[in-house]
Amino acid sequence: MTTVAPVKNFDDVKPQTPWSASMRDRQMTLGLVIAAVVTSFVIVGITPMKGKLAYFVIFFAALLALDYTYSRLKFGKAAGVDSFFKTLFTVAICITVLPIVSILWSVWQRGHKGLHWTLFTQNMKQADFTGPVGQGGLIHAIIGTLIIIAIAVVISVPIGILTAIYLTEIRGRFSRPIAFLVQAMSGVPSIVAGLFILAAIVYPLTRHFNGFEGSIALAILMIPTVARTSEEVLRLIPEDLREAGLALGGTQWRSVALIVIPAARSGLFTAIILGVARIIGETAPIVLLTGGANVMNINPFSGTMESLPLYIWTGLLAGTPESFTRAWAGILILLALVIILFTGARYLGSKKAAN
Amino acid sequence: MGKGRAFWGRGYLHPSFTFCSPSARILVLNKGEDPQVSSSTLQSNIALPDKREITTTPRLSDRIFRGVVTGGGLSSLVILGLILIFLAYEGYNTLKAQGIHFFTGSKWAATTGANGHVDFKASHFGIAAMLIGTLICATIAVLIGVPIAVSASIFLTFYAPQAVKKLAVTVIDLMAAFPSILFGLWGYFVLDPIGVYWAKLIHKYFNWIPIFQMPAGPYFDRSPLIAGLILAVMIIPIVTSISREIFAQTPLDRIQAAYALGGTKWAMIKNVAFPYARSGVVGGTMLALGRAMGETVAVYTVLNIVYQINWHILLGAGGNVASMILLQFGDASQEEVKALMAAGLVLFAMTLIVNSIANLIVNRSVKGRS
Amino acid sequence: MTDEANNDITNENNGEEKAMETKNNSSLASVSAARAAKVGESRVGTGAIGVGLEARGVHAWFGQKHALANVSMDFWPGTVTALIGPSGCGKSTFLRTLNRMHEFIPGAAMAGEVLLNGDDIYAPGTDVTKIRLKVGMVFQKPNPFPSMTIEENVLAGLKLAQLKVENKNELLEECLTRAGLWNEVKDRLKSHGGALSGGQQQRLCIARSLAVRPQVLLMDEPCSALDPGSTLKIEETIGHLADSVTIIIVTHNMQQAARVSDNTAFFLSDGGPGQMIESGPTNEIFSRPKDERTENYVTGRFG
Repeated sequence: MTTVAPVKNFDDVKPQTPWSASMRDRQMTLGLVIAAVVTSFVIVGITPMKGKLAYFVIFFAALLALDYTYSRLKFGKAAGVDSFFKTLFTVAICITVLPIVSILWSVWQRGHKGLHWTLFTQNMKQADFTGPVGQGGLIHAIIGTLIIIAIAVVISVPIGILTAIYLTEIRGRFSRPIAFLVQAMSGVPSIVAGLFILAAIVYPLTRHFNGFEGSIALAILMIPTVARTSEEVLRLIPEDLREAGLALGGTQWRSVALIVIPAARSGLFTAIILGVARIIGETAPIVLLTGGANVMNINPFSGTMESLPLYIWTGLLAGTPESFTRAWAGILILLALVIILFTGARYLGSKKAAN
Repeated sequence: MGKGRAFWGRGYLHPSFTFCSPSARILVLNKGEDPQVSSSTLQSNIALPDKREITTTPRLSDRIFRGVVTGGGLSSLVILGLILIFLAYEGYNTLKAQGIHFFTGSKWAATTGANGHVDFKASHFGIAAMLIGTLICATIAVLIGVPIAVSASIFLTFYAPQAVKKLAVTVIDLMAAFPSILFGLWGYFVLDPIGVYWAKLIHKYFNWIPIFQMPAGPYFDRSPLIAGLILAVMIIPIVTSISREIFAQTPLDRIQAAYALGGTKWAMIKNVAFPYARSGVVGGTMLALGRAMGETVAVYTVLNIVYQINWHILLGAGGNVASMILLQFGDASQEEVKALMAAGLVLFAMTLIVNSIANLIVNRSVKGRS
Repeated sequence: MTDEANNDITNENNGEEKAMETKNNSSLASVSAARAAKVGESRVGTGAIGVGLEARGVHAWFGQKHALANVSMDFWPGTVTALIGPSGCGKSTFLRTLNRMHEFIPGAAMAGEVLLNGDDIYAPGTDVTKIRLKVGMVFQKPNPFPSMTIEENVLAGLKLAQLKVENKNELLEECLTRAGLWNEVKDRLKSHGGALSGGQQQRLCIARSLAVRPQVLLMDEPCSALDPGSTLKIEETIGHLADSVTIIIVTHNMQQAARVSDNTAFFLSDGGPGQMIESGPTNEIFSRPKDERTENYVTGRFG
């Protein structure tokens, strides 16, 4: 016989998620973790294994074993194996995040001792790297970095964006080779870029070190990042926009320059920011090409120029606790810059997505 | 109607088919017959016209535009080519004079000849120790880093709650942007002491395995193992990022099929996600390998450069090509630098090959996805 | 069969003439009547083992959206039940609550109970993988595992659930035969699953889900991506399977429902959550529906 469902008011029915972890499940997990901690202490106590490493390793091993056993007893072998790998993957993400936390912590802990206002007002002319930390500063290094980066940007951004335009707008017959080459170029080691500029420009032509040569080497490292990110961004621009420009009778270059590029503006800024973040800490080309100095030099075409990576490098090589502190202070500032750039890129990226 | 009836028997579409809405089309068949779609009724005896060729003459501004853009696009070809040419040109003398000795010898000492110039034939320029060192450090980095990174990416794709995933992804991407000198500093001051402690442990319990033996010293400080560790830390963000993207593209219908058959999450990962992502993850691993091979500053601080092939990864002696170049550059005369250029050429070739293979694999795995 | 076949030609159309409507109605009814006659009343409502699968007051949400409300149905062993209704009124959602696949969608929630052999499958402490072994599913788009051979595909369920079987070849042949695919692939069991046609792939998926010996088989529009010839083959398969497996099939195609099912349930949404309006023997739903909305749907006034 057919049944007709009665009509009812459903306001009193509450949505539930019976599959998600219940309070009992969570308690069980906590219990297992505690059991693993206890096991780890016990085993460390009774065997000759010692040290933080021993605690962690035994904790993880115990947790894996306990998880597996519990799930196997409850639901069978397949569930036991599933539980084992779940715990394993969770351990893996913890191991992945651990160095990041350690790095950030170390930079702050060791670097903030070297922070003082004169860092931003003085150079190293009067002070020595091994001298007391309060003397001297790195303003010349910051300015140097800014100048070098600025020139590298001026060189690499047009080339990178033109490459991206070629790949997305013109799509000519070189597209596949060029895409492949851009990817290949992103793997060039920084020291090879430095050697190249030595061989191509320094030895045959200028015969001395300056900031500009360092910029060119950094530009080589920056171009692939800018090109790849710009290409991704331009690909996201819908085809109708381009067609609208052409349908209005515009030439291709007007359509690209006046419609597509402005539409992709924030994405292209993101590409530039990511490129800068890539090269801001590169040391090897600087050591090879730009050298360092104790005083400010704002002329990139003449004379060596100090930069943040080199300041840090010098502090490291000098070998005393004071110089190490200077190096950590330098890396603290450099890392702060990287984080600012990274956040800026994320912000621009999410703003674009919201649009 | 008679004709219509005759057609029924052979499974013909009812004429009312043309009035049907798309949701209901009924084909009546006799049992066991395949549907015969009626062939096209276009009985054309006329020849099709030739296709017209569509051309346009671009305006001058567009021609210039295309020229400029193409030029910019070809710049990567030009740059790579120039790197190859200049390094080869500068390094040629060294390679020619040293011959195979460049790749088999380990000593690096320039001999100045009677004329005051470097005698490339009498000098010893050998990068064997550095080549082996490059391979050892990169291999350790991959062996330690890739399993951790792939496991982390599986966690992020299949297990992590949304909030955890967003935070972890941001943090890991940030780490990928850290400058290598930061890893150098942290590696030397923070990781090295820990690494030495682990090395001592490994040596204590596993020194029956040859690579864990200590032929001299004991010198545990700044060993290939520690360099491999720091390189592993550097490549984990890259591999995690790439693997995560690939795992996220695992086709949902296969995942659902695996669950519907009663598979656990691990069973699904093992039987569906891994086969799908395998080639992409391999490609990502090779990219990381390329990065590890070319790393300069971090290895310089964390590995004690010694010009002797060293297979004992716990012993504080080794080096890779990149860090050797950086080390030697300080003292080298301009002529000696040419020998370094030769080493740079070899490094360039190695990383170029590894990266190209990696990119081929990654591209093929991304494109051939159905 | 030809005369009846003539009568079977129907179309769903708004604003068709009433004569056409009456013809539609009666032809669906006649098909389902013909089927009932062939199959015999005995199989409908065989309660000897008890109700296999029951839904009691099942609701489903996607985040805030209340997608399905208060569905209660019994699925007796050995029967084929069709779920019909326009798009978007919760048929597939309901199906997925029956084998706990609904919970994979982020933000999913449900209420009510689904009893399999008397036990609520959503009870805390239930091993969901065991549930899915008993309640299998065939999807709309055939999804054999491309990295596996035909043989491996059929036995994939065993591998995934870590089940042991003494004679794999016997099971392989049995499942492929029940799915109606054995004769076509018996010579190429080691070749890859992707090389088959759409209809063959779908039958492979059916064989795959049979290998774990489910009690119930859920089918979510299994023929909608297939050509009519394959559709008929699969409907034949369903007919043969119904002896051993309870089948619940979601379909947009009323003629299909009339051809294959013993019972039919009609779902509808009036802008709010989808609800089951009416359910009963297929024959009656199509010839003497009780609810006006059901009648409007089966006579093609909307759809």
